[in-house]
Amino acid sequence: MSVSVSMKVNGKTATGNVEPRTLLVQFIREHLGLTGTHVGCDTSQCGACVVHVDGKSIKSCTMLALRADGADVSTIEGLAKDGTLHPMQEAFREHHGLQCGFCTPGMVMSAIDLVKRHNYKLDEKTVRHGLEGNLCRCTGYHNIVKAVLAGAEAMQAKGV
Amino acid sequence: MYDFQYHRPKSVADAVAALKKAADGKLIAGGQTLLPTLKMRLAQPTDLVDLSGVPELRGIKVEGNAVVIGAMAKHAEVSASAEVQKAIPALAMLASEIGDAQVRNMGTLGGSIANSDPAADYPAAIVGLNATIKTNERTIAADDFFKGIFTTALKEGEVIISVSFPVPEKAAYMKFDNPASRFAMVGVFVAKLAGGVRVAVTGAGPSVFRVKAMEEALAKDFSGKAVENIKVPTTGLNSDIHGSAEYRAHLVTVMAKRAADAAK
Amino acid sequence: MSEQGIGKRVVRKEDQRFLTGKGHYTDDLQRIRQTHAYFLRSPHAHAKIARIDTKAAQSAPGVVAVFTGADTAAAKVGSLICGWVVKDKHGEPHKAPPHPALAVDTVRHVGDTVAMVIAETEAQAKDAAEKIVVDYQELPAVINPAKALDKGAAQLHAEAPGNLCYDWELGDRAAVDAAFAKAAHVTKIDLVNNRLIPNAMEPRAAAAEYDAGSGQYTLWTTSQNPHVTRLVLSAFVLGIPEHKLRVIAPDVGGGFGSKIFIYAEETLLTWASAKVNRPIKWTAERNESFVSDAHGRDHVTHAELAMDKDGKFLALKVDTIANMGAYLSTFATAVPTYLYGTLLAGQYTTPAIHVNVRSVFTNTAPVDAYRGAGRPEATFVLERIVEQAAREMKIDKAELRRRNFIATDAYPYQTPVALAYDSGNYAGALKKALEMADYDGFEKRRADSKAKGKLRGIGLSAYIEACGLAPSAVVGSLGAGVGQWESAQVRFNPTGNVQVYTGSHSHGQGHETTFAQLVSTQLGVPLDQVEVIHGDTASVPFGMGTYGSRSLAVGGSAIVKACDKIIAKGKKIAAHMLEASAADIEFKNGVFSIAGTDKQVPLGGVVFSAYVPHNYPLNEVEPGMDENAFYDPANFTYPAGVHICEIEIDPDTGVSTIAKFTAVDDFGNLVNPMIVEGQVHGGIGQGIGQALLEHGVYDEKSGQLLTGSYMDYTMPRADDLPSFDVGYQVTPCPHNPLGVKGCGEAGAIAAPAAVMNAIHDALAPVGVKSIDMPATSSRVWQAIQRANTKMAAE
Repeated sequence: MSVSVSMKVNGKTATGNVEPRTLLVQFIREHLGLTGTHVGCDTSQCGACVVHVDGKSIKSCTMLALRADGADVSTIEGLAKDGTLHPMQEAFREHHGLQCGFCTPGMVMSAIDLVKRHNYKLDEKTVRHGLEGNLCRCTGYHNIVKAVLAGAEAMQAKGV
Repeated sequence: MYDFQYHRPKSVADAVAALKKAADGKLIAGGQTLLPTLKMRLAQPTDLVDLSGVPELRGIKVEGNAVVIGAMAKHAEVSASAEVQKAIPALAMLASEIGDAQVRNMGTLGGSIANSDPAADYPAAIVGLNATIKTNERTIAADDFFKGIFTTALKEGEVIISVSFPVPEKAAYMKFDNPASRFAMVGVFVAKLAGGVRVAVTGAGPSVFRVKAMEEALAKDFSGKAVENIKVPTTGLNSDIHGSAEYRAHLVTVMAKRAADAAK
Repeated sequence: MSEQGIGKRVVRKEDQRFLTGKGHYTDDLQRIRQTHAYFLRSPHAHAKIARIDTKAAQSAPGVVAVFTGADTAAAKVGSLICGWVVKDKHGEPHKAPPHPALAVDTVRHVGDTVAMVIAETEAQAKDAAEKIVVDYQELPAVINPAKALDKGAAQLHAEAPGNLCYDWELGDRAAVDAAFAKAAHVTKIDLVNNRLIPNAMEPRAAAAEYDAGSGQYTLWTTSQNPHVTRLVLSAFVLGIPEHKLRVIAPDVGGGFGSKIFIYAEETLLTWASAKVNRPIKWTAERNESFVSDAHGRDHVTHAELAMDKDGKFLALKVDTIANMGAYLSTFATAVPTYLYGTLLAGQYTTPAIHVNVRSVFTNTAPVDAYRGAGRPEATFVLERIVEQAAREMKIDKAELRRRNFIATDAYPYQTPVALAYDSGNYAGALKKALEMADYDGFEKRRADSKAKGKLRGIGLSAYIEACGLAPSAVVGSLGAGVGQWESAQVRFNPTGNVQVYTGSHSHGQGHETTFAQLVSTQLGVPLDQVEVIHGDTASVPFGMGTYGSRSLAVGGSAIVKACDKIIAKGKKIAAHMLEASAADIEFKNGVFSIAGTDKQVPLGGVVFSAYVPHNYPLNEVEPGMDENAFYDPANFTYPAGVHICEIEIDPDTGVSTIAKFTAVDDFGNLVNPMIVEGQVHGGIGQGIGQALLEHGVYDEKSGQLLTGSYMDYTMPRADDLPSFDVGYQVTPCPHNPLGVKGCGEAGAIAAPAAVMNAIHDALAPVGVKSIDMPATSSRVWQAIQRANTKMAAE
């Protein structure tokens, strides 16, 4: 039995018919083909699936697609504008904040929300604590932390 | 996840009606515990009634000498609330340490306490601050609300509307994380209230509990020193690969001491 | 261009797609008419399967097919193999019990595959799997490797009496005994190397498709070595001709060893794709990964070190029980033997060493290579016992190491455990690391901590690894079923850009950048004109893949060889174009010139001429510019270094906080220092994880995995780790063209001993003698309590 759902995803209206048990991440990946949002666990801990819903970071594996009906959703695919990377994406590249790339979309989405939550003012401790909902197995976090701190400055400088 | 029928009512009355109509209905608040449980197929409700569209469950306001928080208030809203930060900073701090940032953007006060996870943080604040839980049917005192592991005084079809937290003279919450899940292995809430001192412990036992000996000691001298030698019995405490009952009992004392010293 | 070549910090080419969500991981695939597989797994550690009834599942909504072990047995699907034959003490090959992809009559660990359900959707496959009725008759199980050899222990395989896979030894026992007899001091130690669960962030996944017209199978899989997967599936398991099976390992989200192996799931998907004649996809849920990925480590060891009165090492003996799990994974047998015993000389001149390893079967998930694979276990034994010896002998731990280091002029150095080290400067790395860590200032910091009621400790780990796997003749003589060379193809297009095909596979290592830097430097082609292609058996020449820190040392060397062939051919063409002799042509920065003249032609011009050979020496050289090379290394490479951990413990809670972590590594030359540093960080993160947080725990009675999700398996998070201080010692590898040694595993090899030595150093003053990994806050607190009780009693 499927139900219709409609939301804005990266600025565009996205509608579909889904079973009520469909998770937001399944809707994004399977119905919309936006496969940048990943699934790395089933207990809501790894953070590979983090997207923004109405401006706040959430784990899209722990939200029903139907709950997001009418919401404004942004995913990693919506960050770069006209081919220019978001300052946080650029900072991850510049500081080698990614290796295999699997946790990266969720990490970047969480980082942007972290920066905004702290009004651009971050230190290493805040960043490390603020990323506790995102697991990375490759980097030992060292360069992710550097990237987020640099990304925060760049976001402020660019008014993003 | 098994499939189910989904409802998103606009009022508590409609939510209750939807629950009544369902063969095996369940409320979903933030879903941060329920959805992982459903994904593991540990429950099979026929209907999910989503409370996120009910305005009367929202909001945070100061009423007299209490802070009243709607059941659907998210942890992130509680921790960021200027009212809560001013009136009960310990409560704002507790909310800021639940789960992670993304969980706090979804998880709710009502959902957390209705679930009564033995390792959840909020139960420590409810009991520690002697809060009152208002439902669509009645009000329930903190000490009567938590009945055991994943068990509360809530009856079928009963919906939490809000929780009223008395403003304490001072309070603090100290949490020792489970290293893996980051739930509370031990969390101790201490508060000096008009009606006396309360010490509530979460994580260590099957459900939140008070430590009378510490309350009495703190009533005489509200300082870490007063409780640093008070040991809680290990009988009935949780014991698992992350920590023995002895370790948890010990941590109760350490966290209580630190909370008493940090209270403001 | 020099800004993009060897030695430069170049940002990664692959990052653009990863940062914008445009990577292509296996689970991202959506094939036309794709179905989904779900695997029903054993809930029991050990049981007979009396009966399986799939009738209700077959007729459930959306179900395409249901298969059990009876079906795969009838279709003669072969056993999953172990590709490395280890010979025991008596020269007998290891016991190799069958490992059916679907259990036939017995399940041997929780998570063992019992049935495969294929349905239109993942949810339908899962719904249907619940309708399968399996009648299990539970059997006793054995979980703890230390108990697997006991009389009366549950028996896993008729082929392996007493659960013994092999009893292996290396070294001269008589020489060791003689040395112990004259020792002034003997240090003894008992260690557990904790079971780890790899947890690459991308769960394992596969998709398989069969083309009935051509008889061609295509398998997309999360593999570190797609050609090896194809070879094993073709030659040993499924019998599909190698040319009819294409294996693609697209973007892979981390491996750390766990994606080297050929597992039941991709085997079954490939087989079933022809049966159902539809594409099938499967992606592990994390809880499946926990019970079905090959785990790592899991050793129980007793070791003894004999010294003279000055602390000079005379002999080492090591006795280890290694857990293989319920079945042998693809390279399981080699890990606790040739990747472990051979490393026990470490950086020291210990003249006599003997190691005995008994590998055992238990009712747990298979255990195989995990980042470091054998070498972390060896380093842990050696560096823990050395530091214990320093404490007992009251010799400074750095000084004790210095007294025993192999001298810088002693290379090549033959150890008593088979390896011949090629180069190194261990004292140099130690000196640098001690300076970076301010070792001399430590006692002051310890006193400051003490004043705050905290315990502070410092620990060293002087590690060595044998990487760059491997000289084929050597590994062949030791039982490997494959050669360990690497392939490369450098193919110019007529317009002058380059496609580089490598048999290595990148799943985070950044080969698309590093290898492009190599080609850019060798051939003078701008970095953005070089495309590195890997992971597809249809386009890439047969290659061995990525593990054992081999990609640059072996795969990179193959690329250099292919570039040399391009230059050699180019010289002949240039000679013709410039009307000179090939012997007079020089090649530099992308330009061919006649030596000592200003007559020149750029590489692009030569390439164009090779593809449009209008004026071309066709009688001497073939058209085209496309060269293959295979590189088989002359020796292993021997990265080495010193890691130092400084830790502060809160005795009230047992919480350890790493105050400072210093790493000085010798990887030979560095191609991209930024990427190398990232590899070091990641390895240290996993090493600290092993030391303080991670532990795969099975319930000893039920055999249930107690750490089967992130709720209970402690993955290092950002706030569990510090920032790291990383430095280098550069001693180029003498036997490969780049002088490189490999950097992928160092952190995971070195860090556990450094952390645990720091913990023991911190806890020694309060009477704690020994604590196992992971040194969780709970264990540390309990160790302090036990020591207090003991001290009070004394």
